[in-house]
Amino acid sequence: MWLYAGRRIVLTIPILLGVTIICFALVQIAPGDPIQNLLSPTATAQDAARLRAAYGLDQPLMVQYFIWLGKVCVGNLGMSISDNVPVAGEVLHAFVNTIVIALISVVLAFVVSMIFGVIAAYRTGSLADRLITAVAVFGISVPPFWLGVILVIFFAVDLSWLPATGMGASGSETFSYFRWADFKFAIMPIIALALPPLGIMTRTTRSSIAEILNQDFIQTLRAKGLSEAQVIVHAVVNIMPQAVAMLGLQLGYLIGGSVLVETVFTWPGTGYLLNKAVLTRDIPLLQGTILVLATAFVLINLVVDLAQSLIDPRLKRS
Amino acid sequence: MNAMTSPDLSQATPHPAPFLRVEDLRVKFVSRDATVRAVNGISFNLERGKVLCVIGESGSGKSVMMRSLLRLHPKKRTVIEGTMMVGEHDIGAVSDRAMTQLRGSLISMVFQEPMTALDPLYTVGDQIAETVRRHEGLSKEAAWARALELLELVRVPSPERRLKAYPHELSGGLRQRAVIAMALSCRPSLLLADEPTTALDASVQIQILVLLRKIQQEMGMSMIFVTHDLGVAAQIADQVAVMYAGRIIEYGNARDVLLNPQHPYTKAMLAATAKDQDRNLPLEAIAGNPPDLRALPDGCSFAPRCKYAGPDCIVTMPPPVTDIRGHMARCFKVEAADGPLAFDERVAEPA
Ligand SMILES: Nc1ncnc2c1ncn2[C@@H]1O[C@H](COP(=O)(O)OP(=O)(O)OP(=O)(O)O)[C@@H](O)[C@H]1O
Ligand SMILES: [Mg+2]
Repeated sequence: MWLYAGRRIVLTIPILLGVTIICFALVQIAPGDPIQNLLSPTATAQDAARLRAAYGLDQPLMVQYFIWLGKVCVGNLGMSISDNVPVAGEVLHAFVNTIVIALISVVLAFVVSMIFGVIAAYRTGSLADRLITAVAVFGISVPPFWLGVILVIFFAVDLSWLPATGMGASGSETFSYFRWADFKFAIMPIIALALPPLGIMTRTTRSSIAEILNQDFIQTLRAKGLSEAQVIVHAVVNIMPQAVAMLGLQLGYLIGGSVLVETVFTWPGTGYLLNKAVLTRDIPLLQGTILVLATAFVLINLVVDLAQSLIDPRLKRS
Repeated sequence: MNAMTSPDLSQATPHPAPFLRVEDLRVKFVSRDATVRAVNGISFNLERGKVLCVIGESGSGKSVMMRSLLRLHPKKRTVIEGTMMVGEHDIGAVSDRAMTQLRGSLISMVFQEPMTALDPLYTVGDQIAETVRRHEGLSKEAAWARALELLELVRVPSPERRLKAYPHELSGGLRQRAVIAMALSCRPSLLLADEPTTALDASVQIQILVLLRKIQQEMGMSMIFVTHDLGVAAQIADQVAVMYAGRIIEYGNARDVLLNPQHPYTKAMLAATAKDQDRNLPLEAIAGNPPDLRALPDGCSFAPRCKYAGPDCIVTMPPPVTDIRGHMARCFKVEAADGPLAFDERVAEPA
């Protein structure tokens, strides 16, 4: 177990290095010259060269990479060009906004999908099964930003129940999920974020539970006198390794794919930041955001793998 | 008053009511495109502490019959008719709740495949303790202590360690012992063993068999033991029932059926095994195929494969013919005129 965990953690290091290389390379490949954006139209070639040297852009690529990597390792992601504040702080703040709402959404989707999936699998072909399948298919196929817009029109514009956008009256600095005045700003983003994973996870849970219920050991459980509720608990425990993997995957998708939803709701997270960085050609900010997101993705996978090996005894000792 | 008189009564009666009574059991599976008649009128009795061996080809309905006794079939698609009395419990009539309480305590089952019969995500100890706690409401510690005793009972080496093991960490033989321990955990009165040794190595088979027989005798359980293996049947059976296409076509004391078979199917089966030295071979050596259970013929279901079959054998199913010793066969050519059953191929079928 510890051996496996240790090996898995060590194996993560080259992946993370790969992530940094790609992040670094992305910026090199990106068209356009960031220096040109900073210069006034009247600047001379010498001004350009000076500025280039000041940002270290005149060094060979390898050197640039290692200098950059060294800074990254101590948490220095450079200064954002448009706002002239440290990228690290800006990205971190946005990342917290994103990961918290993504976690809430994915956990909510997970719990509901477990309940839906179990009911649908246990009562295959029933009305409940068909209703749940309809909800799941809706969740999978509806574009989240469209859903976001519809939610805003309905709940914010027509009914005026919920605020349309932003992160609360008090601003994102003091936002608290435990304060209703703040929390209501999060409701619609959570719904928009949770629905697609809810759909996918419901389908997966339904088919996994149905598969488990067809296995021989379920008959043993019934034969020894367990109630149907107890049998279902066994079935749910048996899909947990898969379910945790699915949860991690969906969380990864959510933090990476939140651009549209965060833009619709002006939620100041990484998706919103990415959007801003691209539109303003803020390369350090873009690079920093992608790096943090990619790293988070790798770490989520690591946690999922470790959790899986903890849950599934068949993986523990191999 | 009742409590005082009933023991006297049971002693006075020469034939006490049998512990297990199955009467005209019929099971069919209904689906959109076909109805599979897996069991077509089975009747037998089994007394306390006796072993009934059920033998028959693959697909003859042995497992379906066993699962019916625990009502394990999916409710929606299954139609079960007939009477099954276990002790004073009418299996067909008890509520679902009561049925879950009978399962694992009054009646237990051991399945054919030890590799897939246990939940892979729970330890062996958890799975045994779960059964005990369910039926006897013991504390967790007491249930684990019982689980340990049970593993000792079924002769699992280093049982403390095995309690904490997961099924995939055990060999097939050990897993089957764990399954047996689980089945025995609440001292059932009736053990249903559905080919418990078929999936195991020959040497392990014998160990498990001896163990089951010994425990069965010590605990005074009744047991129904399904097997393909006539050698196994000879070793442990008090009674033998031979099934064909969902019916018992021959039934009686183990000696009568195995040494003096009367039904042509039993005869052919015994002859086929005697010729082959390998007892593990399935009983497939009789020419022809078992009938299609979706469209059973009207007459004797064995007639198409029977070398003695006459024109009338395909018209009606022969009724059971029973001699004074309780040896029964369902064949027009079997008679019990004077004493034991006798097969005579010259006997004409009824017109
Ligand atoms: N749930 C079910 N639905 C439909 N048909 C079934 C079902 N269960 C069993 N059958 C059919 O009933 C017949 C008898 O099956 P059963 O498992 O009882 O045979 P068996 O005598 O135990 O054979 P084996 O020796 O191979 O275990 C088979 O044709 C099988 O296909
Ligand atoms: Mg079977």
